[in-house]
Amino acid sequence: MISGFFIFNQKGEVLISRLYRTDLKRSIADVFRIQVVSNSDVRSPIVTLGSTSFFHVRVNNVYVLAVTKCNANAALVFEFCYRFIGIAKSYFGKLDEESVKNNFVLIYELIDEILDFGFPQNSEIDTLKMYITTEGVKSEMAVREESSKITLQATGNVSWRRSDVKYRKNEAFVDVVELVNLMMSSNGAVLRADVDGHIQMRAYLSGEPECKFGLNDKIMLEKSERGAGDSAVELDDCQFHQCVRLNKFDSERAISFIPPDGEFELMRYRSTSNVNLPLRVHPIVTEHGRSRVEYTIAVKANFDPKLAATDVVLRIPTPLNTTKVDVKVSHGKGKYVPGENHLTWKVPRLQGGSEMSLTAMAELTPTTNRQAWARPPIEVDFQVLMFTASGLLVRFLKVFEKSNYHSVKWVRYLTKAEGGTYQIRF
Amino acid sequence: MASDAKFFTKGKIQEFRKELEEAESKDKKFAKRKTVLKKIVANITMGNDMSPLFPDVIRCMSIQVLEIKKMVYLYLVSYGRVKPDQIQHAVVHFLTDCNDRNPLIRALAIRTMSYIPLPIVINALTEPLRHCLRDSDPYVRKTAAICVAKLYMHDPRVVDKQGFIENLRTLLADNNPTVVANAVAALTEISERSETVSLKLNLSVASKLISALGECSEWGQIYILDSLLSFVPQTSADAEMLAERISIRLQHANSAVVLTTIKILLYLMNYIDNGRLKDLLCKKMGPPLVTLLSSGPEVQYVALRNILLIIQRRPAVLKNDVKVFFCKYNDPIYVKLAKLEIMYRLAREENCKAVLAELEEYASEVDVDFVRKAVRTIGRLAIKLSAAADLCITALLSLLETKIAYVVQEVVVVVRDIFRRYPMMYENVIPTLCEHLDDLTEPEAKAAMIWVVGHYAERIDNAVDLLEDLSDNFKEETTEVQLSLLTAVVKLFIQRPDDAKELVSKILKWATEEVDNPDLRDRGFMYWRLLSTDAGAARDVVLSEKPPISTETDRMDRGALDQLLLHTATLGSIYHKNPETFIRTARGKALTDSPALNPASRAVLVSVVEPAKGPVVMPDFPEPRPADLMDTADQEAKSGSSDAVNGSDLKAAPTPAPASNAETNAPSSSAATEFDPYAGLDSVFRGGYVTDAPAPMKAQGEDGDLLFF
Repeated sequence: MISGFFIFNQKGEVLISRLYRTDLKRSIADVFRIQVVSNSDVRSPIVTLGSTSFFHVRVNNVYVLAVTKCNANAALVFEFCYRFIGIAKSYFGKLDEESVKNNFVLIYELIDEILDFGFPQNSEIDTLKMYITTEGVKSEMAVREESSKITLQATGNVSWRRSDVKYRKNEAFVDVVELVNLMMSSNGAVLRADVDGHIQMRAYLSGEPECKFGLNDKIMLEKSERGAGDSAVELDDCQFHQCVRLNKFDSERAISFIPPDGEFELMRYRSTSNVNLPLRVHPIVTEHGRSRVEYTIAVKANFDPKLAATDVVLRIPTPLNTTKVDVKVSHGKGKYVPGENHLTWKVPRLQGGSEMSLTAMAELTPTTNRQAWARPPIEVDFQVLMFTASGLLVRFLKVFEKSNYHSVKWVRYLTKAEGGTYQIRF
Repeated sequence: MASDAKFFTKGKIQEFRKELEEAESKDKKFAKRKTVLKKIVANITMGNDMSPLFPDVIRCMSIQVLEIKKMVYLYLVSYGRVKPDQIQHAVVHFLTDCNDRNPLIRALAIRTMSYIPLPIVINALTEPLRHCLRDSDPYVRKTAAICVAKLYMHDPRVVDKQGFIENLRTLLADNNPTVVANAVAALTEISERSETVSLKLNLSVASKLISALGECSEWGQIYILDSLLSFVPQTSADAEMLAERISIRLQHANSAVVLTTIKILLYLMNYIDNGRLKDLLCKKMGPPLVTLLSSGPEVQYVALRNILLIIQRRPAVLKNDVKVFFCKYNDPIYVKLAKLEIMYRLAREENCKAVLAELEEYASEVDVDFVRKAVRTIGRLAIKLSAAADLCITALLSLLETKIAYVVQEVVVVVRDIFRRYPMMYENVIPTLCEHLDDLTEPEAKAAMIWVVGHYAERIDNAVDLLEDLSDNFKEETTEVQLSLLTAVVKLFIQRPDDAKELVSKILKWATEEVDNPDLRDRGFMYWRLLSTDAGAARDVVLSEKPPISTETDRMDRGALDQLLLHTATLGSIYHKNPETFIRTARGKALTDSPALNPASRAVLVSVVEPAKGPVVMPDFPEPRPADLMDTADQEAKSGSSDAVNGSDLKAAPTPAPASNAETNAPSSSAATEFDPYAGLDSVFRGGYVTDAPAPMKAQGEDGDLLFF
């Protein structure tokens, strides 16, 4: 298991260093600095030198590093790093050099708790916050006065939830967020279109609420009495938060759980059939000799006119030797960004059913480089509220609690593409 | 919001000591000492030696403030082991905490003590630890379980003497799932280190552990799932029952739970004879594996390297999913390279057009390694699928047009192999290849081109001129190129004796008289004698028919795969190497025979090589290993990691016979029919560059490890 855990800044300075096993020395940090931090061409998140392996994750301006000396479970090590990052974000709002330095004592306290001899231990944020807080006095009080409650919580079978949660108004918010992956070939064929769905929940419910959650998933509907309708959606796979009873899901396709308090990711799913692509992009890019490139790009909003896409951004690559670009757009703003070698076309809002277009002419300097332009794909970012590309809908969320209180449930849908998930080649 | 960043400045021991001393007389709410301790912890982090403050820090141990206690403990974990003479002052305080009313304090005390590997601490710990293993509070018990593993690492005899292993076994039946999971983790760890202790589960214990899964933390689930490798099913029914019960874990959000579940399912499938159930399990595993590709890039990478192994053994897991492995433009390079390998494995006649179109797209990208590997994969595709060969050749020829040096060189190398796979089919492209002779600077590409010219000397009008030009710098070339020149010139001479007389004698003279390399010299003498004794025999030998490159021989041996899959999700599965070959403390794993083991699995059963005893021999140099452990992937990784390592002349020779080469190393398995008929061809491409396969690096140091750091 994990022998050492470190955080480095971009210069390779150690911000956190904790050894869990005697098979490692503190100076191992120097090896990482040489091999990874000062190496401009790192080609793997795992570097193994002799028996020592370095697992690193970069986040903002820091490196989170776990070092092992054994045949470690690589998935576990990375999941642990991700979890640490999640905990840090929840505690300090963000994970970067500044927040690490400002909270280093607390971080040492946390990693002593969530990693014992290199074995990850209970790392549920809700539980940790019961006794490890940014205010020393508060932690002190909790540990002194509520120790048995804490230990029960940290080892219990509902370790993600405190039992004494109380709200005056019981509410639950469900956000269905779909990330669309698209890869379209230059002749307009869809090479790949699928949806990564996340169902985020914010539960502000008192006591120990038993929740039941239903979707218009084909198999779920088949299992229930109603039978599958036309609107049923086929999910390729679903994965659930620790709190969901997997055996119930296996036998009855029912999603039942006692939620953690506050925000968590209830479920992830993947759908590859009948994906509705919200934006259709038709690029025509012509290279005129070696001196000019002409762009004509049309975008159509392919969804209900009552809805709108917001924050639409297209990044349209230009050759490396571009000198200037003339851009004309029907909507929004188009701009050449020389440092990134692309045009950005930003449109704050595009109504469903409508179309927009861009024409541009890029002028190139003569170059001796005979290598052809690689023509990277156009990337599109956007958000469409109250729309799911997979067609998924929440059918119900039922909450049962001993005290039989009334609870209010809210559902939102969001489909989005960001950071290069929506790619159109040309 | 804390603002402790200001403590990150280098401080002097004297100052800190003074501040601590001053605080003893007046320190409201211990604020001063908190501040000094923070400074000390920050300085430890920065790598400044704070050990001289040992006595001063220990004096803070009597302060009953949690924040201070935790910092002092952290200090002791850092410096305790270097202060054996002063540690007894701390032990007294530890022992008080071990008996604290508060379970969190008790646990903290034993957790910290067990991090300090000094006899005096360990001896003091044994009594409290015995109590803590039976503590009424589960948090203390779960901490105590891990303490036993720590103690075992420091001093196994103490653990044996105190009977702590028995305590751990008792905890396996604890009513708290977290305690059970940690006891399992501790026992697994101990049994991996110990000569005497081994974890063996019987059916009832295994079932009980599985029942605890549903109530465990995600990490606990991983420890329990992992331990199931210690259960050897005696009947197919047992294996089936366990497999069905754990398969619901495939829906867990934590990728390590998913991959560990897959490891156990693959393991159990060796003991299941119900074909229908095995198919069903394969079908169940596919979608969660694909879902892992939506995780962070690091987890994607782990998943991809594992998928590559899994589909070689169980092609049914991901038959029709090649599109999900298409590379995104902005995928990290390690993800792209891993995807490429899987695309190649999943390519078949029905999808080869789509795959080829992707590969062509990648060949125009920027990253040199990725482009090269894409080009190479086009060549591999041609060799794997005869139906795709025409299309691939067309694609390769159009890539020549790019005139990018590294692309051209890759094309030359793969076309050479395509010639050998499909004799008499594509020789018409030779003239086009010859046009790019000047672009070739890398040994591998040069050697390939030289092979082509020599082999087809009869059809290439200016073969003599070409080879003459190529041998101008004979003495400066690498051995690989020299060897191929030598053979090519001899071939040329046999086919066109009159034109090449001068050239051949020049090269033979150079090879035998002016070169230091014994391989080259010996081969030169061999040719010389052959040519001078019997020209007919020379023709038969040099121009003999080459064994065709076929798709049959190159795939990882099934026994080796079965063994490697026992390491699913671990480093071994990333590097496709058994961990005992690159990690000094790692133990090998192998399937255990039982009445339920499938005959096909039994036929290829591999035994584990025990790690060397005594001073450990580090794999600084490739060690000779038993033939049954050699697999092609290993070879590939090795030849990829260093050219010098694999200097056998088979590799460098221009007329290698990789087909027969692979045959000797990986006896084709009798159960070959179970395999993907399109399985790999790796040995055809002997991996010329490092990125071919990720591999652990050899560390420099006296024992080849990083221990000296």
